[in-house]
Amino acid sequence: MDRDANLRVTDFGEVDLGFTETEVRAEAARCIQCKKPTCVNGCPVGIDIPAFIHACEMGEFREAARIIKKDNMLPAICGRVCPQETQCQGECVLGNKDMPISIGHLERFVADWERREGIETPVRLPATGKKVAVVGSGPAGLSAAAELARLGHTVTVFESLHEAGGVLMYGIPAFRLPKDIVRTEIEQVKKLGAEIKTNYVVGRSVPVAELLGYDAVFLGTGAGLPYFMGLPGENLCGIYSANEFLTRVNLMGANRFPEMDTPVKKGKKVVVIGGGNVAMDAARVARRMGAAVTLMYRRGEADMPARLDEVRHAKEEGIEFMCCTNPVRFIEGENKAVAGVEAIRMELGSPGDDGRCSFEPIDGSNFTVEADVVVEAIGQGPNPLLLRMLPELARNKNGSVAVNCLGQTSVPKVYAGGDVATGAATVILAMGTAKDAARAIDKMLRGASQF
Amino acid sequence: MYEIVKAHALSKAVFEMWIRAPQVARNAQAGQFCIIHPDGAGERVPLTISGTEGDLIRISFMAIGTTTKLLSTLSAGDCLRDVVGPLGMPSDIAKGPETVVIVGGGVGVACTPIIAQAAKDAGNYVIGIIGARNKSLLILEDEMKAICDELFVTTDDGSYGIKGFASGPLQTLCESGRKIDKVWIIGPGMMMKVTSSVTKPYGIKTYVSLNPVMVDGTGMCGSCRVVVGGRMLFACVDGPEFDAHQVDWDDLLARQRMYVADEKQSVEYHEAHHECRCRKVE
Repeated sequence: MDRDANLRVTDFGEVDLGFTETEVRAEAARCIQCKKPTCVNGCPVGIDIPAFIHACEMGEFREAARIIKKDNMLPAICGRVCPQETQCQGECVLGNKDMPISIGHLERFVADWERREGIETPVRLPATGKKVAVVGSGPAGLSAAAELARLGHTVTVFESLHEAGGVLMYGIPAFRLPKDIVRTEIEQVKKLGAEIKTNYVVGRSVPVAELLGYDAVFLGTGAGLPYFMGLPGENLCGIYSANEFLTRVNLMGANRFPEMDTPVKKGKKVVVIGGGNVAMDAARVARRMGAAVTLMYRRGEADMPARLDEVRHAKEEGIEFMCCTNPVRFIEGENKAVAGVEAIRMELGSPGDDGRCSFEPIDGSNFTVEADVVVEAIGQGPNPLLLRMLPELARNKNGSVAVNCLGQTSVPKVYAGGDVATGAATVILAMGTAKDAARAIDKMLRGASQF
Repeated sequence: MYEIVKAHALSKAVFEMWIRAPQVARNAQAGQFCIIHPDGAGERVPLTISGTEGDLIRISFMAIGTTTKLLSTLSAGDCLRDVVGPLGMPSDIAKGPETVVIVGGGVGVACTPIIAQAAKDAGNYVIGIIGARNKSLLILEDEMKAICDELFVTTDDGSYGIKGFASGPLQTLCESGRKIDKVWIIGPGMMMKVTSSVTKPYGIKTYVSLNPVMVDGTGMCGSCRVVVGGRMLFACVDGPEFDAHQVDWDDLLARQRMYVADEKQSVEYHEAHHECRCRKVE
């Protein structure tokens, strides 16, 4: 159940309060326990969904947690941030006639139940004596670390920020993913034996030679490099990348300035550019700091890549959606600060070779939107810092690290997963590719064929 | 936690601190910086690494904002929550023999010895120019004298050394026709802008260390974006040192002033609250 929109925009408390036990058991009872469950195909980590739902129906939440955690060490997070409508729930056959099972809510309930009742740490396999370095402690790094530690390897996770969690801490706001939940899940990874070293920048405070001295390396450095549009006036004061805006608030607590030392321009009229989850997060953060927020997106609303829930929540919270609109330049006000965005209307063009219609500007449709803060949420690329230090690492055209189906890179013993390999995607896809890479690393370390 | 091993004032305005941060100290090179995050409520502040010794790094700063004012009250035995680094690209120091000039103004002088020493160690002829508003604000003269082959000292009011700005001796050197291969200028933004204009007509490669507002310092947020040669670059990963003659100074100086009002508000808030933010060893 969601908190009332008028109330929730006044704080950073969680928006969706989840299901009660009664609701969970009733929802679980709706599951028809398909012989060939399609939902599992929709899950990037392949959780045995019917089995955990059955346990929920019986009220056996401990058992449900065990089932989930065989494949997913971070269920409280995934239950909250996965785009279930395009994954497990999107595949649920009940969705053809009625509502699909709310698998995400069930997963979340089980994880929260276990957190309340005491978390069981999975059994570790005997120590192998092999050392693995994991670079980055976001969803990919944590999943790889958990899996590798569980399999008996000695795991060291290097995190460049002062808090572990990567995008789960700096990117996703607390009203969508409370930070104590992230910290609890990270504690679980530590309990499995993984050591997390914060303030370690691989390539800088950890030389590449030292990194390559490990028996295997997993790169999970994510997509941390913000893209800018390259429009005139982009460096005006008050124009942020979504990464900066969100990091200032989520990681540094700038919404509580001056109690916290890090400031952020809160803005009276904020324009957020983009249509993904990050854009929704930035818009809703700005709204909670008191601004009137306009979300500008160059395509139609149906084309937005954001989760449906995020779009719905943003609208409920009074974010104005300005679709089929693209900024063309930023307007300068006093003291080199932004005063507005000049934008142009877009219309559906003819379909390209890929069959997807592009949106094209309508000549002469330019207009101006007033803004004292602008946040660009138009996507991110792989962080260049480590990749520059490892020039022999083969890259894809889009700059991401090239990997094979096992997550192997072009450098021996070095694997990669998550956004750094796939390009900016979801938490669960990062976890899925990381888990696959971790299992491939395990195989390699145990001397199985390297393919 | 990162222990402060030594802390003292270099002048009325500038403080110096040695911090135990082995992974930073062992890997740091001249020109790089670190990020200091003093406690859970604090800001992440980038500061140039002005020296290293074993597992220790040196930072030098003026007590202006909330974080630096706080740092100035700490002493040996106190701890900082986080120190990250070394960050950024090292200074572009070539193997000598080249003639290099290292110019420091105000607090920027604190960052000159590490570059001068690196240049010297690489077999270069090193000329230092250090300036301050007056004699009492001049710092690290002895340290620079010990490293440099030649050292010029300036004060704005003429209370010590040559009267005038640090750009004066630089101008004289350029006019003298002596071959100068590279110049480094470290100081406040306006000082770097003005001083670097001296070498431009002579086509001398001139580096400045830019200090825009940063958050993570690892290329993740874009707060520190600067315009160099018409391109947007991130000072934290592409810099902090850039070709002075390519820098869009107006852009840099405007962005540096973005939080001036907030900084003032923050300082006033802390002065009014006097609360103890316990920063001793936990």
